[in-house]
Amino acid sequence: MNNNEIQNMTYREAIRLGMIEEMQRDDNVIFMGEDIGVYGGAFGLSQGMLEEFGEERILDTPISEAAIVGTAVGAATTGLRPICEIMFMDFVTFAMDALVNQGAKMRYMFGGQTQVPMVLRLPAGSGTGAAAQHSQSLEAWLCHVPGLKVVTPSTPAQAKGLIKAAIRDNNPVCFIEHKLLYSTEGEVPLDEDFIVEIEKTMTERPGKDVTIVTYGTLLPKAMEAAAFLAEEGIEVEILNPITLYPMDMKPIVDSVIKTGRVIVAHEAAKTGGLGGEIVARIAESEAFDYLNAPMIRLAGLDVPIPYNKELEAAVIPQKSDFIRAVYRLLDHE
Amino acid sequence: MIELPEKILLRMYYKMNQARFFEEKVDDLFTKGLVHGTTHLSIGQEATGVASCMALEKGDLVSLTHRGHSQAIGFGLDVNLMMAEILGKANGYCKGKGGSMHIADVRNGNLGANGVVGGGFNLSCGAALTQKYKKTGKVVLCFAGDGATNEGSFHESLNLASIWKLPIVFLIENNLYGMSTPVAKHMNIENISDRSASYDMPGLTIDGNDPLEVYNILLKALRYARAGRGPVLIEAKTYRYSGHSKSDAQDYRTREEVEEWQKRDPILKMKNYLKDNKVFTDKQILTMEEEAKDSIENALEFAMESPEPEITAVLDDVYA
Ligand SMILES: Cc1ncc(C[n+]2csc(CCOP(=O)(O)OP(=O)(O)O)c2C)c(N)n1
Ligand SMILES: [Mg+2]
Repeated sequence: MNNNEIQNMTYREAIRLGMIEEMQRDDNVIFMGEDIGVYGGAFGLSQGMLEEFGEERILDTPISEAAIVGTAVGAATTGLRPICEIMFMDFVTFAMDALVNQGAKMRYMFGGQTQVPMVLRLPAGSGTGAAAQHSQSLEAWLCHVPGLKVVTPSTPAQAKGLIKAAIRDNNPVCFIEHKLLYSTEGEVPLDEDFIVEIEKTMTERPGKDVTIVTYGTLLPKAMEAAAFLAEEGIEVEILNPITLYPMDMKPIVDSVIKTGRVIVAHEAAKTGGLGGEIVARIAESEAFDYLNAPMIRLAGLDVPIPYNKELEAAVIPQKSDFIRAVYRLLDHE
Repeated sequence: MIELPEKILLRMYYKMNQARFFEEKVDDLFTKGLVHGTTHLSIGQEATGVASCMALEKGDLVSLTHRGHSQAIGFGLDVNLMMAEILGKANGYCKGKGGSMHIADVRNGNLGANGVVGGGFNLSCGAALTQKYKKTGKVVLCFAGDGATNEGSFHESLNLASIWKLPIVFLIENNLYGMSTPVAKHMNIENISDRSASYDMPGLTIDGNDPLEVYNILLKALRYARAGRGPVLIEAKTYRYSGHSKSDAQDYRTREEVEEWQKRDPILKMKNYLKDNKVFTDKQILTMEEEAKDSIENALEFAMESPEPEITAVLDDVYA
């Protein structure tokens, strides 16, 4: 059905709508997770889905993350297309064997005999006062495992388009959603064939002076910083790699060639974070010769997320950190 | 019913009241938006949280759950420092870094409340291994919820504890739900204690709303574990009155069910016991309740007046 309408909705609602459309479209899509039925999911992502699709397709599980993901891998190799919700990304640790040693490798290890079409939804990030075991951003771990795809939308439209693409993809896709974005609103196409393809970097704001590469919940902060800087006559270009792996580097490289200055930012801890990978890829590319200043990484401090509100905020890059970093790059001789 | 010394009964009743008032205060702080984050209240579960700990000996250890305020108070933590932690203050138990879900006092044997469901099982095995290795004669009391017993770590830990004869008492607070999921939907057995059979250890199901039963059974179980005979699994059936956490519409249960359980309130039960057996006079009981309440008002005052952590503290304590 072709539908040209656009509707304002939250990021939460957009993911939910994307899942519903794909479940209507394909009977093989099932959905497993803890408290996703009557409760509607810890963050309300599956409100009403039990009523619409019934207990055969909306599967409330025991608190057994290893079983959820292992079962999904087994089901995916035999014809179903499971979506799994892990209540907090932090608990993906329980499911790492199923994901890393089984799901990610099966196709390759078996010489291409099988495929593992599944989606792992992972609510991530800090800023909720939930402390060290409910606030992590572990995307770099996942990107380090060949065989997995990793996506992380920042806007409602991206969320809907990407969840649909992830469900249609024939590989295990880790879909990282940031808890602080759930209630943010934006325009979303209602067209059921609206897809945001995997491996695409979005240009969120054009500019010529400095490039900022960021994703997830830092995008709104970067956008605010850019709006502030625009009033000072500084034009920041913001790129959002909503697929973290495999990453679409071309727009990033092109932008750095144009601006000669780049900041790469994420909430996850700096050491071993994806910022290092992105910066390295820029350094390996033709953009290297165009750099007018050393590249800057803004990232979470290398500490677990603390509970105290002020401390928690101190761990994560803020709007003011973006502004300072831009000035630092521009001041560089 | 076994006669208990007055001193123990007094402490038990006082601390159960303290736990109730503490959590009512915490609930109030969250409802007013004065605290950020979330909390899991154990109102209704004070018998399993408090009376169980009364049976411990000095030097025994505990591993607590995310729903751990009553457990912590039962174990003897200072409500001032607990409240300071919940307000994120520098002098809270975790210097404001842990919050409600992570209250710990490791030096004194509280290995910490755990935000990871089932996170305490393996840790308890390790702590018990230390006791066995060092021949301390101490026992680990490991708290967990019904839902947690579906994690692999529960089964792995019970097996390990059994073959190594580790001194652990696993106390499952079966409050009939794991978040919104009723026990009947997350396992096909009626009594979680049946799971002990797979690991050849004693398993008991008890009334978790009867503080004296909890206390007496724990005494026996701890004695068994302390004697080097291995672990014990106890399932205590109880009920939480509040929602799972701060945000819970509670569509999965009825108001009548909650009210039914409120009639079997553990604090009320204990109060009736104390009155019926003339252990204390009405006046003494009232005084205990008032003192417990005052201690929580004081705790809040203490916490409010406590300092915020220095911002540089964010970098402290990552490594030893
Ligand atoms: C490994 C893990 N999975 C999921 C969660 C989210 N969660 C927190 S409490 C809870 C329910 C736990 O149920 P139960 O063990 O019965 O304890 P109760 O909350 O009833 O005290 C869930 C699913 C978590 N914290 N850790
Ligand atoms: Mg429970």
